[in-house]
Amino acid sequence: MARQKKLLRDNYHQARWDESIIFELSVPGERGVLVPLACPGVVSQVGDGVSAIPANLRRKKAPALPEVNQMRVNRHFYHLSQETLGTDVTLGISEGTCTMKYSPKVQEHMAARHPGIVNVHPLQDPETMQGMLEIYYQVEQFLKEISGMDAFSLQPGGGAHGVYANASMIRAYHRARGDNNRTEIITTMFSHPCDAATPNTAGFKVITLMPDESGYPDLEAMKAALSERTAGIMITNPEDTGIYNPRIEEYVKAAHAVGALCSYDQANANGMLGIHRAREAGFDMCHFNLHKTFSAPHGCMGPATGAIGVKEFLKPFLPVPRVEFDGQKYILNSNYPESIGKVRSYFGNANVVLKSYMWIMQHGAEGLKEAAICSVLNNQYFMKKIAAIPGIVIWYAKGKRRLEQVRYSWEKLKQDTGVGTDDVNKRIVDFGIEHYWTSHHPWVVPEPFTLEPCESYNKEDLDEYVEVLQQISKEAYADANFVKTAPHKAASHRPTHEAIDEAELIAVTWRQYQKKHGKK
Amino acid sequence: MKKLGVIVNPVAGMGGRVGLKGSDGIEILRRAREMGAEPESPRRAIEALKIIAKLKNEIEVLAYPDEMGADECSQAGLEPEVIGSIKSGETSPEDTMEAAREMAQKGVDLILFAGGDGTARNIYTAIGAKIPVLGIPAGVKIHSAVYAINPRSAGEVASLYLQGQVVNIREAEVMDIDEEAFRQGRVNARLYGYLKVPVERRVQSVKSGARSEQAEMEGMAAEVAANMEKDTLYIIGPGTTTRTIMERLELPNTLLGVDVVFNRELVANDVGEKQLFNLLEQHKGKAHIVVTAIGGQGHVFGRGNQQISPRVIRLVGKNNIIVVASREKLVALQPHPLLVDTGDPDLDQELSGYVRVVTGWEDSIMYRISNDAD
Repeated sequence: MARQKKLLRDNYHQARWDESIIFELSVPGERGVLVPLACPGVVSQVGDGVSAIPANLRRKKAPALPEVNQMRVNRHFYHLSQETLGTDVTLGISEGTCTMKYSPKVQEHMAARHPGIVNVHPLQDPETMQGMLEIYYQVEQFLKEISGMDAFSLQPGGGAHGVYANASMIRAYHRARGDNNRTEIITTMFSHPCDAATPNTAGFKVITLMPDESGYPDLEAMKAALSERTAGIMITNPEDTGIYNPRIEEYVKAAHAVGALCSYDQANANGMLGIHRAREAGFDMCHFNLHKTFSAPHGCMGPATGAIGVKEFLKPFLPVPRVEFDGQKYILNSNYPESIGKVRSYFGNANVVLKSYMWIMQHGAEGLKEAAICSVLNNQYFMKKIAAIPGIVIWYAKGKRRLEQVRYSWEKLKQDTGVGTDDVNKRIVDFGIEHYWTSHHPWVVPEPFTLEPCESYNKEDLDEYVEVLQQISKEAYADANFVKTAPHKAASHRPTHEAIDEAELIAVTWRQYQKKHGKK
Repeated sequence: MKKLGVIVNPVAGMGGRVGLKGSDGIEILRRAREMGAEPESPRRAIEALKIIAKLKNEIEVLAYPDEMGADECSQAGLEPEVIGSIKSGETSPEDTMEAAREMAQKGVDLILFAGGDGTARNIYTAIGAKIPVLGIPAGVKIHSAVYAINPRSAGEVASLYLQGQVVNIREAEVMDIDEEAFRQGRVNARLYGYLKVPVERRVQSVKSGARSEQAEMEGMAAEVAANMEKDTLYIIGPGTTTRTIMERLELPNTLLGVDVVFNRELVANDVGEKQLFNLLEQHKGKAHIVVTAIGGQGHVFGRGNQQISPRVIRLVGKNNIIVVASREKLVALQPHPLLVDTGDPDLDQELSGYVRVVTGWEDSIMYRISNDAD
């Protein structure tokens, strides 16, 4: 019989280093590295290296950098890292919609060390970086097969960036046909917010559909919104609720009937690999986040890649340069006069593309499908257990399954005890689990939280997470105040939001901080 | 130390259970009592106050005597400073007004009151929007938007506010209907004004970068103003939401009434139904109506903007109605539709369906409009 393991880490305690800001550690004259002076040979060639810079561009004063020895710097950042919870030390299940799967470390090692990537510069002659270009080309072929689209660009530096590029292509497509009246994009309330924000940034008016009683985007409302002004629909499926819209084809057909393009947000494709494709759903374009589904890590605002895919008729509008194979070698082709142009310097984040290449190659076609199946299976087990926890309700589509994630609600717990999702979220870290993702704005589902137990997690991981939520629910009903004053064992305690919310307090540099917080 | 004022209208809600559609007026109250009505509001007030009692040592509480607050406070475990005087068992709207006035004078930070639309109106009459208030819903008529969704929530939001935690202050409608007309089957709702109300934000915590409701409404106003057509009459309905449009146009505005704009110039402020209809007839050309959802139930027509009558709406035409609202307002309304109750059932039927609600700059939401409140 298997050993009965203890799942609840009730003796967990996070480190609290009471660490100063690095500028406060500064000791004048202290150095981490003593940089040697240039040797006479160099000096004779370039002079002092400073006087070549025009006087009006030169600093008058040295920059106010922290002066700290190397060991102290090292200790400083270790302290900070111990006061955070990341996917390497905790369950990334918390970050619903983010697909925090385990990214095999070998990918990281290759990207950080392999001379084929660390010694390559994008301005090199393409003939001298055939290996990297081949990886680009191969990943494009994989994504074409996975989505059914005819061409991909890996240039955008993030998911929303990819969606922005898609919106730009929709604009370019209509303009190329001389149709300048299509000024509107339709999206849905539970689509990723970038499906509204990026077309807005690209100059479109955005119309959002509310969910109907079943949680699907209201199809009748969409039909009422469609017109000869509609440039496209940009929607996510499954939406943030985890509900897959089985009637997606009807939405696509209705949009096509008025001449609009259909863009599929597949940032969260983890439950669909090898099972459902944008092409069969009728879409003209789609995008994947390589840093979610395809196992490049989510690295705190990057680097990331929003891979954008289109059908043949939209290929002329894709960003340039395109990585192509001429039968003998890989080339960079910018000869697409209708292209929306460059959306990022060079050809995107090559290290992210490399990691995804490795992950796909490790899995193979069958492996990808199995990953999707496991992620959906995990979610079924997880959802069944969580639905039984007192205080939790699941909005919409009663009795229906969710795909790979679920938006849950603590609405009942809040009504019964006054403990809401923000409170539970503060308590969860006391068990060594990182804050969960609540919901995009606004909270259509009240007191929300969104969990995604992707394929990397085993039964024990899922059980641990369930046990923690169960424990907090129990605590809330027994002593609400205890939960409302959490965290009790974390590095920081309910920091106020003013400093990141109010313009007059936001400080992104040390100088600003001193000024706005009256330190100097 | 923060100061909380507590006012309970002890007879609010009495008419409801016995089908009297309100409790305003001594005669109705007598009838309600005869029919066996029990006071609703003390019980509800206690439920809310029990939550606040957890802060007992961190706040000062002022209450009106006996059943108007003091009793409820002590039953909830609070020890209030009792002010003012009443005749127990014979309380009146004047007592509510006097209570609000005295509490305002004593510098309370928040007034928590239990009652219905009549109570909200009394408080508004007495002190206007001088200090924030929050309603514990206890009345028969709850058309105003100054209440928490239930007593517990009232207690929670008040506690958060008194602890100085992040809540929004929103201007919320004070509405009341003519009870006599209502008993005869007519809804005659008036918009009396706005009270400042703390609301718990139903949005992701602030770091999300979500725009504030105010910023969204400035975007909405810019959108409406930018799309104003030439030689077209604009009928601007009441409310703080539509007010932002008038502010954008730098025109004088009637918060509680209807204004008319033509080529970005003011034609008339605070027009009545007849005047509005005449203006339309003289104008002959195209016209637009700009309205928002008024009150807590999402009425676009028929509450507080009856000047925009069925014949006015017909003359302007369904397709020329512009509905404006914040995302938060629409989300808070979920899953209920926007409502129309113009007094003309055929027109209500025609207006039902989907409307594109302008929610910000180049931003809108398709929302359902219904002629049926259920």
